[in-house]
Amino acid sequence: MNWTWFPEYAPQLLQGLWLTVQLLVLSMVFGMILAVPVGLVQVTGPKWLGAISKGYCTLMRGTPLLVQLWLLYFGLGSVFAAYPEIRQSSLWPILREGYFYAILAFTLNEAGYGGEIMRGAFLSVPKGELEAARAFGMSPWKVLVRVWLPRAVRNVLPTLAGETVLMLKATPLAATVTVMDVFGVILRVRQNTYLTYEPLITAAIIYMVLTFIVTRAFGHIERQVPIRR
Amino acid sequence: MVSKSPATTAADQPEAVVVKDLHKNFGPLEVLKGVSMTARVGDVVSIIGASGSGKSTFLRCINFLEMPTSGRIIVNGEEVRLKPGRNNDAVPVDMRQVERIRTRLGMVFQSFNLWAHMTVLENVIEAPVHVLKVPRKEAIERAEGLLQKVGLYEKRDQYPAFLSGGQQQRAAIARALCIEPRVMLFDEPTSALDPELVGEVLKVIRSLAEEGRTMLLVTHEMKFARDVSSHVIYLHKGMVEEEGAPAQVFGNPKSERCKQFVSGIH
Repeated sequence: MNWTWFPEYAPQLLQGLWLTVQLLVLSMVFGMILAVPVGLVQVTGPKWLGAISKGYCTLMRGTPLLVQLWLLYFGLGSVFAAYPEIRQSSLWPILREGYFYAILAFTLNEAGYGGEIMRGAFLSVPKGELEAARAFGMSPWKVLVRVWLPRAVRNVLPTLAGETVLMLKATPLAATVTVMDVFGVILRVRQNTYLTYEPLITAAIIYMVLTFIVTRAFGHIERQVPIRR
Repeated sequence: MVSKSPATTAADQPEAVVVKDLHKNFGPLEVLKGVSMTARVGDVVSIIGASGSGKSTFLRCINFLEMPTSGRIIVNGEEVRLKPGRNNDAVPVDMRQVERIRTRLGMVFQSFNLWAHMTVLENVIEAPVHVLKVPRKEAIERAEGLLQKVGLYEKRDQYPAFLSGGQQQRAAIARALCIEPRVMLFDEPTSALDPELVGEVLKVIRSLAEEGRTMLLVTHEMKFARDVSSHVIYLHKGMVEEEGAPAQVFGNPKSERCKQFVSGIH
């Protein structure tokens, strides 16, 4: 085993780690924010909007994330580049970064998976509790934010934990669009040192530790509110 | 316990809830076929009848958890404005009006329906704080007093899942009381309880009756209805088959069906 490269690349790995965490947190947060309405309209209607949401989920879950990412980065990215108005706009520094497309792709993908989860979550809340909320004079919006949504999210916390772990392990795809996340740095180490095992084992260990942290964090949240049923 | 005679409400009290000619269809099924009722302030009206007689539906129409097909509903002198809607049911012209009226009606459900993600205290202060905009501190004070009254003060920081059925229902009663409703609505409050837990809930409801609270009570507990009510309505197949003072409905009913129905309890 050859670990002589490690001290030299440690600072880069640390930066990569930070990027990986950003990719994970931002795409989960934005993704789940989108997932709430995607799931909700499938339960409440209107029917046509529910059908669109359903179709969206099917599309996102039925195609490889890597293809989605590349379509956005190489496809949409080159379309953007063709317009001088966009190239000269103040948004261009963001719009030309692989980082932006990675977060966009992960977010849209997560909205698809999360939408399906939230659909089930909304359905899992007992009707009687929603009825009680209405009986006490809550408006539909208030029923949603005070009872339906918080109750639904608690029901699927274990599923969301799994979803977050899956998303974490999908983030290395960002390295294919020039993002120097943990995996991007590891690829660079491989190219520069011609080593195979050591950098890959390092990557495996880093992702495992992150998975452990995510699992523990969700476990902690789940214990906050015990719901038996 | 001081046993105040229940049937003492004066006829000159203002009307708390008036229902006129209420009809309710579920598809082709006619569940209510023109039910009328007047409950005055201080009245305890029990609605009895066999399963499927429409008594729960009747109660649920009063706070519009079910939309009536036709009829008029007046709570505290305010009539809910209705217009014809789809599938033949009426719909409220202004949902805000319905929401406002619901805050004057404290509903207690058969299956408790406490919000499982909130502690007992949070359940009780939820509507006062987030619907009625009562300052949180004031709501907590009020809630703690009510939890004391229903004997659950010690359980205030527990989640509903950790309470017995009887405790959950008492918490649900405290929750309904905390909005300071003009009228309490009880929808078979003891039907989902184990027999040994029924008593503790009835005791709480009885104490409310003795305070002179206006209450509508759908129940299968005949003895209890006879003891606490000022007025009893016997529903049969969606119509009022018999009504009057408990002594009359239980003791000397005119209707043969009602006689049979109440005969079991003597």
